[in-house]
Amino acid sequence: MTGPNERDGLLLRSDALVHAVCKERADWELNELADFTVRAPESKDAYVTGSGLPVNRVYTPEHLPSNWHEIGLPGRYPYTRGPYPTMYRGRNWTMRQIAGFGQAEETNMRFRYLIEQGQTGLSVDFDMPTLMGLDSDDAMSLGEVGREGVAIDTLPDMAALFDGIDLENISVSMTINPSAWILLAMYVAVAEDRGYDLNKLSGTIQNDILKEYVAQKEWIFPVRPSMRIVRDCIIYCAEHMARYNPVNISGYHISEAGGSALQEVAFTMAITRAYVEDVVAAGVDVDEFASRLSFFFVSQADFFEEAAKFRAVRRYYAKMMKERFGAKMPNSMRLRFHAQTAAATLTKPQPMNNIIRTTLQALSAVLGGAQSLHTNGLDEAYTIPSETAMKIALRTQQIIADETNVTNVIDPLGGSYYVEALTDEIERGIEDIMQHVEEMGGVEAAIDQGYFQREISDTAYDFARRKASGERPVIGVNKYIDDGPGEKIETHQLDPESESRQITRLQQLRAGRDPVRASAALDTLLRVAQDKEANLMPATIEAVRAHLSMGEITGALRDVFGSYVETPVF
Amino acid sequence: MSQTVSNREIPIRVMLAKIGLDGHDRGVKVVARTLRDAGMEVIYTGLHRSPDQVVAAAVQEDVDVLGVSLLSGAHMSIFRRIFDLLDALPEPHRFTLLAGGVMPDEDVEELHRLGVAAVLGQDTPPESIVETVLRMVPVRSR
Repeated sequence: MTGPNERDGLLLRSDALVHAVCKERADWELNELADFTVRAPESKDAYVTGSGLPVNRVYTPEHLPSNWHEIGLPGRYPYTRGPYPTMYRGRNWTMRQIAGFGQAEETNMRFRYLIEQGQTGLSVDFDMPTLMGLDSDDAMSLGEVGREGVAIDTLPDMAALFDGIDLENISVSMTINPSAWILLAMYVAVAEDRGYDLNKLSGTIQNDILKEYVAQKEWIFPVRPSMRIVRDCIIYCAEHMARYNPVNISGYHISEAGGSALQEVAFTMAITRAYVEDVVAAGVDVDEFASRLSFFFVSQADFFEEAAKFRAVRRYYAKMMKERFGAKMPNSMRLRFHAQTAAATLTKPQPMNNIIRTTLQALSAVLGGAQSLHTNGLDEAYTIPSETAMKIALRTQQIIADETNVTNVIDPLGGSYYVEALTDEIERGIEDIMQHVEEMGGVEAAIDQGYFQREISDTAYDFARRKASGERPVIGVNKYIDDGPGEKIETHQLDPESESRQITRLQQLRAGRDPVRASAALDTLLRVAQDKEANLMPATIEAVRAHLSMGEITGALRDVFGSYVETPVF
Repeated sequence: MSQTVSNREIPIRVMLAKIGLDGHDRGVKVVARTLRDAGMEVIYTGLHRSPDQVVAAAVQEDVDVLGVSLLSGAHMSIFRRIFDLLDALPEPHRFTLLAGGVMPDEDVEELHRLGVAAVLGQDTPPESIVETVLRMVPVRSR
């Protein structure tokens, strides 16, 4: 690294240059712009980004960060330009299309199809009962079993899900939160049964419980015990699974719930700070686990703002980990993220347009330096995607990777006056919101006070108004609308018998298991749960091996931990 | 707005509900605020209610409109259950049913056949939601 004096000297904009540029800009405004706009006025009085940040007509060196080290080189602190020195020249991003529906066997077939089509990572979508830690035969699961994702109740379901897939050679991401630790326990049990080395498994559980209270709204227990479960997963993985990401801190849902680009990354950083503080408070050195923290963001519609957002959050995170938490290892400061295109931008009218939207959003994520990417299916404003829609979505990524040459050069937007200015502005915005959350008493207090929920709801309402007024154009919806009935597309059809098959299988498994082992495993789990310092993972692994179902495990633990109930704000 | 609470003697009472495990509440909150801003009385149930709870609450609150938001794909199962519960009520209910969320076209047709008055999507503009409710609810006088 360079010394402080040298750093101070590496100015991107000298006083002389800024002075000259401002002078020329003033002259241009007077002599070029003024006359021109009289003859041909601009289309709007004010221009803003997708998240409402005002933007200038044109950017110049006066808008660059003052010091070269704010931009720097890829793979070097503060990682503005990317976490790695070679980025896509060394290894392309992981093409990771999420999939899940019906029973485990049906999803397993979709996985095999996607792998055949050139997909390089797996991502599992679970049905609502699994996401909420309920069994398929629970009364609240009516109509939801296998509907939006795959139904997993017990360990044999998990074994069937990954049947014939080499888990040491493909990374598996699981979108699961309040019940994540049970799925992790099942994953470990399946891997051990197959003789895999846990330290060779690479993959991710989302396990980001705080954003559930903020945005996605899948929960079981109150905040405190839920945080303890996240902590237990992080510590278990730090000790046993060297390549596994035990938490995937997610802004995506904050955006989908209505948050702006800035709110997305700022709230995510606030949540990150809370997790790190919690694990550090348990006596674990930050460098022992921070390298396994991973992130998940949306790639929304505003092309440059999104790329700038990724750059800004990478830089903010690096500074926070180094300066606030005293991290010393580069891996503890590298923000690695998965991106998904924005489902909320997809429209039901003129569904083919969704392919174009997704392509542009995907390109933005790639220019922003994503490590892994999911592109949405064109039919997702109708239902979960069909095989054809997923294939087009995957091909979109493959075309960007192989045909456009955008992967040849790292951070090609680096140095753009506009993108650098936006990057700076978003980074400052994150800091302001972080300070505000700290003043409120931290993330848990802010959730209790409904702060995040209200902010998101306000932005969502504002967006709906702008869309209704036409200020925010949506092609095919409030502009260039088709008359008459729209085009028909083929959508995914769920097997109507899947739900009852899954319920029968669950009930047969319960009836056939060793009742002594099951009840002993449950007793141990409850005892461990009562000791706040103990780690829940080993007892949970034994519980799933004893064929306790997910709903039985969460049901029993509700007696220890309690249940979360939200007071809605709108 | 063509017609608001100001020319209705009794404001329209709307209950908005989330049923089942679905946590997508962006749309329902926008609708809640839109209808409230148009002068209606809006009761939002919050997340994760059962069909039984919602039908009982709608009857007890004597609402004009019951809107159910579903983005979980479980809308057919849940609406069938709601209509079974309504059929079993000792007295006929007086509220109009609305659905909102992500639903395939063939399901929208089926929901209309079951008796859902209108299905709102993520692209339905707020004004047209207000108009739909105003059109559906007859003016009542004291």
